[in-house]
Amino acid sequence: MASLKELAAREQKLAPGHRACAGCIPALTFHQVLRSAPGHVVASCATGCIEVVTTIYPYTAWKIPFIHNAFENSAATISGVEAAYQALKRKGKVTKDIKFIGFGGDGGTYDIGLQSLSGAMERGHDMLYVCYDNEAYMNTGIQRSSATPFAADTKTAPVGKVRKGKKQYPKNLTEIIIAHDVAYAAQASPSFWRDLNKKVEKALSIEGPAFINVLAPCPPGWRFPTEMGIEMGKLAVDTCFWPLYEFENHKRKLTYKPKEKLPLSEWTKHQGRFRHLHQEENKHLLELAQQEVDRRWKELLFLCGEPA
Amino acid sequence: MKADPKGVLTGEHYLDGDHACAEGALAAGCRFFAGYPITPSTEVAERYVSRIPMVGGIFIQMEDELASMAALVGAAWGGKKSMTVTSGPGFSLMMENIGLAAMMETPCVVVNVQRGGPSTGLPTMVGQQDMMQARWGSHGDYQIIALSPASPQEAFDYTIKCFNLAEKYRVPVLFMMDECVGHMTEKVVIPKPDEIEITPRRLTKLAPEKYLPYKTNGDLVPEMIVAGTGYKIHSTGLTHDERGYPVMSPGTQDQLVKRLCDKIKLNADDIIEIEEDQTEGAEVIVMAYGITSRVTLPAVFKARKKGIKVGYIKMITAWPFPEKRVRELAKKVKAFVMPEINLGQMVLEVERCAAGQAKTYHVPHAGGWVHDPEDIYQVIEEAVK
Repeated sequence: MASLKELAAREQKLAPGHRACAGCIPALTFHQVLRSAPGHVVASCATGCIEVVTTIYPYTAWKIPFIHNAFENSAATISGVEAAYQALKRKGKVTKDIKFIGFGGDGGTYDIGLQSLSGAMERGHDMLYVCYDNEAYMNTGIQRSSATPFAADTKTAPVGKVRKGKKQYPKNLTEIIIAHDVAYAAQASPSFWRDLNKKVEKALSIEGPAFINVLAPCPPGWRFPTEMGIEMGKLAVDTCFWPLYEFENHKRKLTYKPKEKLPLSEWTKHQGRFRHLHQEENKHLLELAQQEVDRRWKELLFLCGEPA
Repeated sequence: MKADPKGVLTGEHYLDGDHACAEGALAAGCRFFAGYPITPSTEVAERYVSRIPMVGGIFIQMEDELASMAALVGAAWGGKKSMTVTSGPGFSLMMENIGLAAMMETPCVVVNVQRGGPSTGLPTMVGQQDMMQARWGSHGDYQIIALSPASPQEAFDYTIKCFNLAEKYRVPVLFMMDECVGHMTEKVVIPKPDEIEITPRRLTKLAPEKYLPYKTNGDLVPEMIVAGTGYKIHSTGLTHDERGYPVMSPGTQDQLVKRLCDKIKLNADDIIEIEEDQTEGAEVIVMAYGITSRVTLPAVFKARKKGIKVGYIKMITAWPFPEKRVRELAKKVKAFVMPEINLGQMVLEVERCAAGQAKTYHVPHAGGWVHDPEDIYQVIEEAVK
């Protein structure tokens, strides 16, 4: 594994000076993932925040071959590139070792892009797909996605007199991908940068389809101060809302276990989208959210063979 | 039938076209909305979402536009007036299910706030490039109705008309807005509920044992039922007979597909709405729709000042195309001029209907902004020579 010194010395594949918002953790996620990938990389990215902020004409932040496609097909497109590469390699026309990474936000991965991702994972391409999950359609102005947490305030599942944000719990996409019995899958967070870095290295070194789901806090979408992005990621992990684990050789393994599992409110209290959860009349909603986090955490501990 | 007061926000408002469209839908009795975020149409959904808890109805955010359109078909058969809203890429994804809705004769409204294309194109900037897609986008032969508003007020008024036409002809109606109209804010007057005419669903009065879902009574549009009310119906995208049962024969195909087209074609006079100004005695007629119909006006006024006899037609209905009127006028005028924010779409219809009797000039614009009226004026001057 690359040392911190080696990582720092590597040429950046994503140039600074793009147009991401102040405190954008998705942009940091891309930096971390790409820095963890030595050698040649070809990337695709679905329509979304990062696609927009890194590619607005006449500039591009991408220093590697980059394909922006439509909203639903990042995984399918990069799988096509990978298949062509394999054919060229077989014929001896390409000799370089090249890695293929597909990116998408939660909208482009959990929702509209799920079919294309499932297809790519099932066909077994030698590729990595990274979902940067900022838990809503932030690029179009904060609409709910199937990754949006329970009771969060968004423009299409708003908090008002009648309704109190999103009614559903978030889809567990990591487990859906694990159900494809992929070569490698993981949940990660840029707040635990070394863990993320290791996971990307591992995903790219293993032959076959790999998937990493990264929780990427969004200051304007979640409504927290711009300097708190890393803290938001840490709290999501320490409250066990976003456990860090990996799946390899058909087995799940926790890569980080909080010393003390914090209550979910430690994470939600900093975020404007959850402000109503901290009002007396909505206490029951916070309890429901906590119960679901606890249930999923307990289930994951069991699946990882950890003591409850 | 008059509008349900619950959905009507009577009064004077200052709204953008997207918000006005959502209000039009609520006034028209739309109580089901399935949508997916896409610029520049998302505000229609956001407005509907914030209003529907008070009105009583359903908004569901779907996982993509394929699902949105399919949900409309389901909701319409479940008895609701239903709509979705999208823009270019989403409109492309909806196409298969728009064809399904046409085949199953499902009343519903699809709003497309057009942006520049192709593909992701210009998400935040204007285009009028989906006009031919509206007509021909899904596979097979069918006819469709499409309207195009030029202001927030028209976005309100004609959203209601879209719902009324959808019910009357049992067809998906496409509301072809554009980014400029969607995002421009102007005064919108919402009338009282009893001043808003609403077309109810054509529900059958026949008993379940006598009802055939695709049998018509001479006016080409069959009566409908609400699923779950005792009628055992079979609805399918396959070619079907009067019972709705699949029949794979050229005869059934001929009967069904011709009727799907004829119910629109033969009622074109009832459906089509255009506004004309000084078309009688004109040497040249400028035709436009959507935002371009407003950008055109300074060019028309300038030409008239210079002594050119210019007629003006604003097309509110794009499909069916106002063929009869254009054919009549083609005998009398020297030329038609059509500016539109594409590289030549509706102008092909003008040219077809003018049939060589009058010249046809196009004023193209690839999208991203509206025309400079001066560019339109120059073409008027050239056309009148």
